[in-house]
Amino acid sequence: MTLPSDATGASVGPAIGTLPEAVVEPAAAGGPPPSIWPPVTRPVLIARIVIGVALSVAVLYAPFYFPPETNRVLSQALYIAIAAMGLNLLTGFNGQVSIGHGAFFGVGAFTSAILMVDHGWTFEATIPVAAALTGVVGMLVGFPALRVRGLYLALVTLGMAVLFPRVASKYVEGSGGVALLRPARGEFASLIEPLDDDQWAYFVCLVFTVVLFVLAWNLVRGRMGRAMVAVRDQEIAAATVGVNLAGTKVGTFALSAVYAGVAGSLSVMVNRIADGTNPILYFQLSIEFLVAMVIGGAATILGPAVGAFLLVLLRRNTEDLIEGKEILAPAIFGAALIAIVYVLPEGIVGGVRRLLARLGRRSTRAATPGASGPPGPPAAPAAPPPESGRQTDDSTNRGGSDDEGT
Amino acid sequence: MQLFVEQVINGIANGVVYGSVALALVLIFRTTGVLNFAQGEMALFSTFITWKLASESDGAGLPVVAAIAISMAIAFVAGAVIERMLIRPVEEARSPLNVVIVTLGLFLGLNSVAQLIFGTDPQQISSPFPEGNVELFSSGGDAAVISKATIGMILVLLAECILLWLLLQRTKLGLKLRAVASNPDSARLHGIKSGRMLMLGWAMAAAIGALAGALVASSPQRAGFDGSLMQTILVYAFAAAALGGFDSLLGAVVSGLVVGVADALTIQYVDALDGIEVVLPLALILVVLVVSPNGLFGRRTVERV
Repeated sequence: MTLPSDATGASVGPAIGTLPEAVVEPAAAGGPPPSIWPPVTRPVLIARIVIGVALSVAVLYAPFYFPPETNRVLSQALYIAIAAMGLNLLTGFNGQVSIGHGAFFGVGAFTSAILMVDHGWTFEATIPVAAALTGVVGMLVGFPALRVRGLYLALVTLGMAVLFPRVASKYVEGSGGVALLRPARGEFASLIEPLDDDQWAYFVCLVFTVVLFVLAWNLVRGRMGRAMVAVRDQEIAAATVGVNLAGTKVGTFALSAVYAGVAGSLSVMVNRIADGTNPILYFQLSIEFLVAMVIGGAATILGPAVGAFLLVLLRRNTEDLIEGKEILAPAIFGAALIAIVYVLPEGIVGGVRRLLARLGRRSTRAATPGASGPPGPPAAPAAPPPESGRQTDDSTNRGGSDDEGT
Repeated sequence: MQLFVEQVINGIANGVVYGSVALALVLIFRTTGVLNFAQGEMALFSTFITWKLASESDGAGLPVVAAIAISMAIAFVAGAVIERMLIRPVEEARSPLNVVIVTLGLFLGLNSVAQLIFGTDPQQISSPFPEGNVELFSSGGDAAVISKATIGMILVLLAECILLWLLLQRTKLGLKLRAVASNPDSARLHGIKSGRMLMLGWAMAAAIGALAGALVASSPQRAGFDGSLMQTILVYAFAAAALGGFDSLLGAVVSGLVVGVADALTIQYVDALDGIEVVLPLALILVVLVVSPNGLFGRRTVERV
């Protein structure tokens, strides 16, 4: 029982744990590349480490604590988080609005399901294929997107989401000629015996989520990330200073599609189905990804994860809330959506960050005389300390979701 | 030949619907610069109101024309309220994404609330136009007929189009509307109450949507309507609006007809697209936006850096 969790922990724990240090390093060194992050004080650093460790433990222990049904919901939240992160790269950081990522998700899901059902692959082997295929599809969509901007792009991508289930139900024949693929249970056979299916699914989703989030985090801070943001904020100016406009946009589109495709692939493992019969399923999914991103906070790293967990909670609770009137669920969903955009236009992570910045400014002002300053210049940061905001925020929200799950 | 003519006429009948929804989309886009994804569901809601007012068995039993007029008036007010209460506070944050989110939220909310209030069973509205067909021409046993309802809808659509054009191009109010659309801030500096104009844009679009919804639902080709009435129509209407360049009223109407006819002919003659006819409007949207982003009727814009 403990062995597998440790094995996964070895890959996951340090990844989460090292996030703060990676930020601290350039600031503490005060070297040539001046850090855009403000200096980190010791209490904040300790708080981060404590929260990071507590969070890792909670996340790793969760599947052993909860019943299978809850684990399934948590896994769903994880793959929605991946898709929302992909959308966040495209829409949040690169400014290309897409409401068609459900289609990429569907391509990933159907690739995995077809490979398993018709060709007898094991599930894990299908993920790279699904990722590659959605990447190609994403690139193909990305090229016309070069000429279509803003709301128009939203329109084109909407069309993609409307089209996908029809194409699926036309060309895919699952059980009984219906575009509904249900891989057999044996095809998900656990590689690690002591784990139950739901726990294994959870850990696979978790590993992919962590890896893809760290990847996105690195990407966004690097050269590519700066190019993406520059293109979003001032396309013409970005092109003038030498950003490869087409490359950046198409590349981001393809990458973002890969995220959605991996999420779709994982969804087959969690839900054991790839559905092409519901004409608006992939449109709904597209909206869900968008919602997860916006609720959590567009153009933040942890936003999509926070948003995905809240979304899954919201969806489950609205379904339970109104027994016999399921038809009202989308209404509550829509209302919540509008309310959040209304109250927190920057999303939860953005809002918390702003709150912390306000608190932080007050406390630094109060504490400047006697503060045992870090090596860096003690100038009061104009920008909020983003990492602390993210960490704290994430911990509170995951804590909340865990409580609700019981 | 007869088959071809019949399909063209079918296409025109559908195209009128696409054109009239596209008209509402273009009106909102022209006056406020928002693509309203909730347009279809706003129209659906109004259509249910029309049905409730006109239905003999479970409604007020008003004459259809009166019912449509009342629901248009309700939609007018509701459109203004939606703009003022939901769109504007979000729009002030200057984020197009947030406006998209709100219209998508409206889309989900209006659809499910409408079905909750009015039920999920298919309903029927009696047509405001006389029954019967008009014979266009007959040659050697072949005859092409067009229903009076279709002619009526074309006339209504043309009237709408002309009235809107007169309003926008020939009145002081229209000038203010256009000024706000092109630059809200400098319009405000000239003493135009921008907010009111934005509300008016949404209100008019909602009323046009209500009319379009009632006409679609009452069309003799359609056996009743339910909550999914507007979902495919919206895609086609967006295609029409894109083809027309998003800022031309006449363009929207003509493109609606083009899309309708193209769709009918594809269904008839292109077997490969059987079941995925919706490819056509999507391909149209994509091709138009890629080849000529300003559509067939739009004006070129110059971006200032």
